[in-house]
Amino acid sequence: MIRFDDLSLAIHGTPILRGVTLEIPAGRIVGLVGESGSGKSMTALSLMGLLPDGAETAGAACLDAENLLQATEARMCGIRGNEIGMIFQEPMTALNPVQTIGDQVAETLLIHNAAGRAEARAIARDRLDRVGLSHIGMDRFPHELSGGQRQRVCIAAAIALHPRLLIADEPTTALDVTTQAQILDLLKGIVAEENMALLLITHDLAVVSGMADAVAVMKDGEIVEQGPTAEVLTARRHPYTRALFEASSHAPDRDGRDPQAPVLEVENVLRLYPGPRKGFTRGDPVRAVDGVSFALRRGESLGLVGESGCGKSTLTRAVLGLDPVQGGRIALNGGAVDVHMPKARRAAIQVVFQDPYGSFNPRWRVDRIVAEPFHLFETRPPDWRAQVAAMLEAVGLSASDMEKYPHEFSGGQRQRIAIARALVTKPDVLVLDEAVSALDVRVRAQILDLLADLQGRFHLSYLFISHDLTVVRAITDRVMVMRAGKIVEEGATDAVFNAPSHPYTRALLEAAPVLEVAS
Amino acid sequence: MPRAFLIGAVPTALFLLAALLSLAWTPHDVEALQISARLLPPGGDYLLGTDQFGRDLLSMLMVGARTSIAVALVAVGIGMGLGVPLGLAAAATRGSLLDEIIMRGNDLIFAFPSLVIAILITAVFGPSAVNAILAIGIFNIPVFARVARGGALSLWTLDYVRAARVAGKGSVRISAEHILPNIANLLIVQATIQFSLGILAEAALSYVGLGAQPPTPSWGRMLAEAQTMIYTAPRLALLPGLAIVAMVLGLNLMGDGLRDMLDPRLRRVRA
Repeated sequence: MIRFDDLSLAIHGTPILRGVTLEIPAGRIVGLVGESGSGKSMTALSLMGLLPDGAETAGAACLDAENLLQATEARMCGIRGNEIGMIFQEPMTALNPVQTIGDQVAETLLIHNAAGRAEARAIARDRLDRVGLSHIGMDRFPHELSGGQRQRVCIAAAIALHPRLLIADEPTTALDVTTQAQILDLLKGIVAEENMALLLITHDLAVVSGMADAVAVMKDGEIVEQGPTAEVLTARRHPYTRALFEASSHAPDRDGRDPQAPVLEVENVLRLYPGPRKGFTRGDPVRAVDGVSFALRRGESLGLVGESGCGKSTLTRAVLGLDPVQGGRIALNGGAVDVHMPKARRAAIQVVFQDPYGSFNPRWRVDRIVAEPFHLFETRPPDWRAQVAAMLEAVGLSASDMEKYPHEFSGGQRQRIAIARALVTKPDVLVLDEAVSALDVRVRAQILDLLADLQGRFHLSYLFISHDLTVVRAITDRVMVMRAGKIVEEGATDAVFNAPSHPYTRALLEAAPVLEVAS
Repeated sequence: MPRAFLIGAVPTALFLLAALLSLAWTPHDVEALQISARLLPPGGDYLLGTDQFGRDLLSMLMVGARTSIAVALVAVGIGMGLGVPLGLAAAATRGSLLDEIIMRGNDLIFAFPSLVIAILITAVFGPSAVNAILAIGIFNIPVFARVARGGALSLWTLDYVRAARVAGKGSVRISAEHILPNIANLLIVQATIQFSLGILAEAALSYVGLGAQPPTPSWGRMLAEAQTMIYTAPRLALLPGLAIVAMVLGLNLMGDGLRDMLDPRLRRVRA
């Protein structure tokens, strides 16, 4: 039995957690849900004794009768990995790249003197088999595995000593939907089999709704509501739970438009990458985009869905005229799109990227950032500052924000700045490359509303690229499903989501976690 | 401000001031030989004493600082001026033939022992401070090219660089506006390190007689000339030796401190 009892935490005097009380019984999955910065991860780290310097705690985090907040570091070393295992969000960085996966799983056993070297390897093999990696050798290195396989290795290492509690901190956020479904299934199976407790930390209500027995909703360091999952998600007593819930399934109001003439045409586009080096020659080229055709009509929202590595980013770069194509034709308003297209044509297609933190030069002020696309005009318009101010106001910021630096803004506000930058040249087509994927649900809902609003005001056509099916469904008229460089299915969004015809589309839809909307 | 930076700044500032002062004034003329005043002990008219030719040691150290700093500064300037643009160009065209040519050219320079090349250059063009600068400068080029390319490569994958490309900006403009300001901290830290290495290299070249030519004083040649006097007047060798050590140590500490100041990740770790 794991229990947080009135746990409070302050780091360098700043309060992080207040009065967190939560129980995690054996054999149960408890979901801890909240937005970024709500204190979910800190709750878990306080149990592990891995809090950053300057942390002061009050209350208790108990494993049975022992308060772990009081335990010595030596005692905690005995508990970590032995009694409590943990897996992290990013399987790419959670494994040591220069150690084989077998060694990394066996390491837990060796550190805790649970087994001799040979025996530890045998147990490691067994654990790897258990997480579904029986076809993968112990001597493989992390870089040889896919993201999902790496996360399985992390799980194998975490459960090597049959811990009583497994903490999973956003374990599937960095994974594709089909992989996510498999990992969640695996975790569920292990919990049942080992009678282990699982603390599932996530921002995604849909993941919790399908997994957890009980759920706690966290806001600003406090648990605002907790109880059995079905009850919390149906009753939604606390306004914050309700807000989260509504934002998760938010669909902005969009007025239906009649299909018009195509503004962006893509015909049979082929994008090849040089094949792997073989001595002084190279192997067959990789067909990243393999004969893709589609048309984006004026005023339309077109979704492009696919898992990582399917070629959607490569296609995006080709459509933006950043990379050359090896075959086919891309036309924007009838003119060819390529690396050397005239600036005026480039001004008609702009883009918003995923990462609200990497999207701006940290040394530039907002006015300079938003005005950058004016480079596409012959001369910068004399009233450029007024135009920038107007655009900032159009995306819900104020003109005075021009004087600030990007680090002074939150993730959602930064995404608004990115949209302002993309719209400042009054483009016809806006490419949204996972533009809302990194945002918290409530902020995401606001940005989706903003996008729907801007589309009407500026007569925009959207090419909406995302791996998130819920979002695509909410904002697009038509959708394309991409796999291995090819479009496997295309059609009206509702039709594709309600009656998918391609097996891959069906697999994607089945894998996506669904938030049961009980009224 | 990190302590390392402050501690390092003291000797560096001291030598810089001495070098600047020597442009206008030195206690004694460093080119005038005065055999009657040879090997005077410290004190009196000569604060640090005189050498075997009766020249004032303090004045020679001051002018020597000027020589060392000037040679190292110009050499770092050559290295940055040529290396950084090359590195930026290599990063902008990563994977291309140009990138290969630049980086393999760098490897080629790296593969030569620098002192041997310096000897070669001075053997062909004759020994002088200018040729020492050239020799040291050439070996700074690949260092800066690599640092610039490495820093720039990771920036080229960032979204704001892609956004600049969507805004129609070319590689040169992006390198100047977005890449260079964001790798400046790396380059500044590297520059302080190369500067101290330049001081050492100048001293080494002068020591073997390939640097500044007499009568221009230089720390390396003062060491070489003091060699025969090591038992009679050890301070003749000790003082320029200590000057070199203090200068190099100061610059390295400053580089360390600068890195702590300019790299926010390290700053957080050490806080």
